[in-house]
Amino acid sequence: MPEWIVPALLTIITASTPLVFAAVGEVVVEKSGVLNLGVEGMMIVGAIAAFGIGVTTGSATLAIIAGAVGGAAVAFIFGFLTLYLLSNQVATGLALTIFGLGFSALLGHGFVGKTFPGLPKLEIPFISDIPFIGPLLFGHDILVYGSVVIVIIVTYVLNKTRTGLLIRAVGENHHAAHSIGYSVNKIRMACVLFGGAMAGLGGSYLSLAYTPLWVENMTAGRGWIALALVVFASWKAWRAFFGAYLFGGITIVQLHAQGFGVEIAPQFLAMLPYLATVVVLVLISRDSSRARLNAPACLGRSFHASG
Amino acid sequence: MISKRVFLGALLSAVMVVGASAGQAAEKKIKVGFVYVGPIGDHGWSYQHNVGRLAIARTFGDQVKTTYVESVPEGADAARVITKLARTGHKLIFTTSFGYMNPTLKVAKRFPKVKFEHATGFKRSKNLSTYSARFYEGRHVVGLIAGKMTKSNILGYVASFPIPEVIRGINATIIAARSVNPKVKIKIVWVSSWFDPGKEADAAKALIAQGADIIMQHTDSPAPLQQAQKNKVWAVGQASDMVSFGPKAQLTAIIDNWNAYYIQRTKAVLDGTWKSQDVWGGFKSGMVTMAPYNKAIPADVVAMAEKAKEGIFNGTVHPFAGPIKNQAGKIVVPAGKNADDGMLAGMNFYVEGVDGSIPK
Repeated sequence: MPEWIVPALLTIITASTPLVFAAVGEVVVEKSGVLNLGVEGMMIVGAIAAFGIGVTTGSATLAIIAGAVGGAAVAFIFGFLTLYLLSNQVATGLALTIFGLGFSALLGHGFVGKTFPGLPKLEIPFISDIPFIGPLLFGHDILVYGSVVIVIIVTYVLNKTRTGLLIRAVGENHHAAHSIGYSVNKIRMACVLFGGAMAGLGGSYLSLAYTPLWVENMTAGRGWIALALVVFASWKAWRAFFGAYLFGGITIVQLHAQGFGVEIAPQFLAMLPYLATVVVLVLISRDSSRARLNAPACLGRSFHASG
Repeated sequence: MISKRVFLGALLSAVMVVGASAGQAAEKKIKVGFVYVGPIGDHGWSYQHNVGRLAIARTFGDQVKTTYVESVPEGADAARVITKLARTGHKLIFTTSFGYMNPTLKVAKRFPKVKFEHATGFKRSKNLSTYSARFYEGRHVVGLIAGKMTKSNILGYVASFPIPEVIRGINATIIAARSVNPKVKIKIVWVSSWFDPGKEADAAKALIAQGADIIMQHTDSPAPLQQAQKNKVWAVGQASDMVSFGPKAQLTAIIDNWNAYYIQRTKAVLDGTWKSQDVWGGFKSGMVTMAPYNKAIPADVVAMAEKAKEGIFNGTVHPFAGPIKNQAGKIVVPAGKNADDGMLAGMNFYVEGVDGSIPK
């Protein structure tokens, strides 16, 4: 086996992990009926919060926590505005992205040019040394494993637990959920905060492990890809996981193909991940009645008890 | 739903932040505007232009008020931003990316009284100058060092877009590297972006995995350099001294220095002597400088690099001195001649030694 394969596969894991976090968080948010387009903004604030705390304290643990809290804090603004002041979700989400990009640049002003040693790798003696499987499955940092665990937990909670049922209930029919005594906005706020924390973790992964540095706008559109992945995954967490890996995989494979001198226009290759996303979107939404079944019925609609 | 998202995504990618360094009102005061393609915090290309803007602010104090708009996408959005600057009383506007060429030309026609300066382009008019730096002079020096320092004989090149500026850099590098080490090969990965730290890092990782032991870049973030540091290979900083991101990895960096030019052009507008021109400065004009050499580079290699730099400064060395063959082996610059500026400015072919073809 050529020796470049393992590094290539490892790169796919690092390229996909931030997308997994952000997309899975947004799945939960949208399942509860809230459309938060501010993923990019929450990610970038998570990235600077994690990097800033990481550089200042030197602690990777505190940095990761700060990233999640940073993302959730921005999400709280969104939740408060849309759920309690009933502002338009689409407009607020967009504003949140613009705000996040600017605010992170402000916070990050003093951190340009600093570096962070990266996250510690969880090595298991001997097992990590098994050729091929060892480096692929072991020796990653905590966030990579965390992203997998989160997907499993979210899938389980959404489908098998009472909490998941509640989340889906407020997302499908908030009036019905309200009429049987559940606080729609509290449940939604919890989901929004969770989504923010996940986006923040995705951002943390970028600034702590992927490229351990701070530069403005370093998310470079990954929040938008995560949003597209949610639809791509038809609001299922495990599908979002595979979508993220498909996207990351195609991105990395095309870079390697170029290094090997494959004569395909790089512009075309750069487009491939997006093209693949669109093609899958078309395939899954071919049957419009089924596509509608997948989308939460109250997605993007504000809830007010008197309404 | 989906189409709305895609639309909003496109809209949002046009997010920009407008900042201004305010000055007090003075008798004769002009406003100078800057349009940047990346964030000023990119620590590379846009960062260096902003350093030039700050030099103007320092030099002229209250006489000049500078404004900048960062992260402006190349294309229709650029025209809007440039128009806005022209309309809000800016007398001199610098547009600092190749892709702003046509928008700048278009806006310049509509505002004949405003002076425009477009970086790295080739379209001029009465009130539109172009300026660029001969970065290829720096690439020549880097190529020499790389040719000597590589063990695997594979250079990795993270490239942005196949425009003459980038092609020229690749050619200058490989010509210099092969002049000291004929076995050198160059692997090029295009990331189709000027600034995407994640993707730049991925490209660097791919190149390293394929055996490259010196990473060079024509993109704007320090991410490739940082990957080189992590993987214990060499790298070359781009646009500004990036040594803090790879203290062991950075061999040197090609630094853009716009300060003198920006001050000179602002002064020309103040004096009323501004004329449309085309400036292409290199080592000699101070527009291109090299960062301190890595201590791990042997003394004889440093001496060779310094000698080449001096030669370019004096005009005795030319990075594109003939004979130069294209990939087909046909001589494009005969022995004894140097490539002229016309050929350099429009360079759209790879020289001998580069594998593959230029993306169309």
